[in-house]
Amino acid sequence: MKTDELINVLGTNLDPVEGGQLRNTFVIALAVGGIAALCLMLAIFGAPADVLGEEYFGLKIVAMAFTLGLVAAGTSFLVRAARPGEPGRTPLIVLALLFFAMLSAGIVALILSRPTAWGGMIFGPQWAACLVCIPLFAIAPFASLIWALRKGAPTNLARTGAIIGLVAGALGAAVFAFHHPGGSIPFIALWYGGPIVLCALAGAILGPRLLRW
Amino acid sequence: MDIRSDEPKLRALMLAGLDGDAAAHKTLLNKLSIHLRAYFKRQLARIGKGPTDAEDLLQETLIALHTRRHTYDRSQLLTPWVYAIARYRLVDYLRRAKGAFEHVPVEEAPDLFADDDATAVDSRLDLHKLMARLAPKTRRAIEMVKLDGLSVSEAAARSGMSESAVKVSVHRGLRALSLLVGTGAAHEDR
Repeated sequence: MKTDELINVLGTNLDPVEGGQLRNTFVIALAVGGIAALCLMLAIFGAPADVLGEEYFGLKIVAMAFTLGLVAAGTSFLVRAARPGEPGRTPLIVLALLFFAMLSAGIVALILSRPTAWGGMIFGPQWAACLVCIPLFAIAPFASLIWALRKGAPTNLARTGAIIGLVAGALGAAVFAFHHPGGSIPFIALWYGGPIVLCALAGAILGPRLLRW
Repeated sequence: MDIRSDEPKLRALMLAGLDGDAAAHKTLLNKLSIHLRAYFKRQLARIGKGPTDAEDLLQETLIALHTRRHTYDRSQLLTPWVYAIARYRLVDYLRRAKGAFEHVPVEEAPDLFADDDATAVDSRLDLHKLMARLAPKTRRAIEMVKLDGLSVSEAAARSGMSESAVKVSVHRGLRALSLLVGTGAAHEDR
């Protein structure tokens, strides 16, 4: 086929392109993925007894701020990564700072408490549930974000996949925190941060296969 | 001439094309072809591939530029967007043809120059073979609207589909074509 012919075919009866298509796709993906994860959590654990229970209120705020911060920064990266070209580093720096802050807070909390309490703080109630449930809750948002990025044209598939995994994992963790935030700051750093990083690794491996166009 | 010195003109054509100006869109694709053909020829020459391969790659890239044009941010420069897509298609092409040449440095060619090497040759891309792989409804829609140049309402009347169904079919068809191109299913027998 001659290239001229192809250009003719592509240019015939051209439809105008509406702006904002990609943004809408992301809003839908996050909403659908987040709600699906929330429903899964409710199906497994039932409605949390006291959503803003006094005992864990502070920890819940910390876990939510950490995970939703990751979701926000990661999404702002993905919105740019959906377009061909360099997405810029600012969101990645914010992601790194959030992890750094969470880890530092965990270490400081350990230093400030007696070493005999460390075991209980790190392996607090529900650590195994975190490890299983965060990746489980991440599956739906992961799928919906892959769908969204496939509507775009990402050019660095492994990196984009990793951030999709990270956002999905953070969304899964936010949903889990709604159920139970865990008993201490070091707990959140380890048992929220760890599974989220695992989700990012899975995304980096799956990205090149799922996002190819 | 460097593609960047053409940026304002190319970007104006792109914006007009996004608003539905078919002539501007064709002019844009034609102008970009000249730059991209030279770029791909030079890149592929380094691994011993000829003009036909460059033309394959060029056409894949044109389809990608067309079907992904909603990913262009109107507030940004056009050439980096074009270059990112061209480079992605090049890397993908090299990966598909891997084995023979695994260590091809593509990083060091950031500029798209249009030199004298602008002659077009036929690519191996066979549109009709490609079309045969589409669903019948989608194929009819593309044939009528994109090949025969019927308007959407004419195509709708002839096929008994609604106008929006025709539009959706054409859009889906082009997306499907771009995926088929990537798998090499579209190539004529060599």
